[in-house]
Amino acid sequence: MATKKLAFIVKSLPYKTEASRLALTHAIASQTVEIYLEDGDMVEPVLAFMGDGVLNCLKNQKAMNHYGVTTLEGHMKNSLLLDLKVMICKEDVEKFGLSEDALIMDAEDIGGETKAIIAPFNEIMKEMDSSDHLLFF
Amino acid sequence: MSKLTIGVFSSLVGSLSLDFAVKLSEAAIKKGHAVDFWVSGNATMLSKKGQRAFKDYSALQKPVQELLATGKFQITACEACAEARGYHKEDTLEGCKRHSMDWYLASCFSADRVLHIGGD
Repeated sequence: MATKKLAFIVKSLPYKTEASRLALTHAIASQTVEIYLEDGDMVEPVLAFMGDGVLNCLKNQKAMNHYGVTTLEGHMKNSLLLDLKVMICKEDVEKFGLSEDALIMDAEDIGGETKAIIAPFNEIMKEMDSSDHLLFF
Repeated sequence: MSKLTIGVFSSLVGSLSLDFAVKLSEAAIKKGHAVDFWVSGNATMLSKKGQRAFKDYSALQKPVQELLATGKFQITACEACAEARGYHKEDTLEGCKRHSMDWYLASCFSADRVLHIGGD
């Protein structure tokens, strides 16, 4: 029985490329990875948004209206609904002049209980240090 | 012998990241290691058959087939990413697999090292 922690570090802008969407969908795929693993083995995902990546966390995204595709907001809320650890870099939030009110911090509207964390960079670094593998998107 | 998992998200044509990843796989296999190669996003096109080699573009079908022949290399494409690009199961290069994204995470789980190469 073992648990491996994978850190999904998102630093790409939303919608400009597919990168941040793939980060979220790959992280969510941790919920079904057991079918490939031995009994008791687990993957523990951590999602961290840094740099330009924090803009993926903005509320009220309208991608379905404009592009006809699901929003990254929806994927973020699904991540929280599934109790994934979601961290947003505090320094980068401040750099963009954003406040917590502007960010997706929970998925209460769909029944989620886990909240996103606005964390200083050094806390995200600690999370990365304790991860088995780092995946940068 | 160790296992290296390489996840690549860059396009077959328009970026040399896939070329680098394939070269790295060759080097790892020559050293006796095994390689799991995950292609997602635009990188799924690496596992599509019928690639035509032009000198002006990356042409990786042949080196991938040579790597598959070693028995120490497996390449798996993200099924949803492929289908979204109109590339279906029957278009898949012989020896390449297609799975959902959890396959990649499972490969990361058992890997000694993971090299994740983002796209664009």
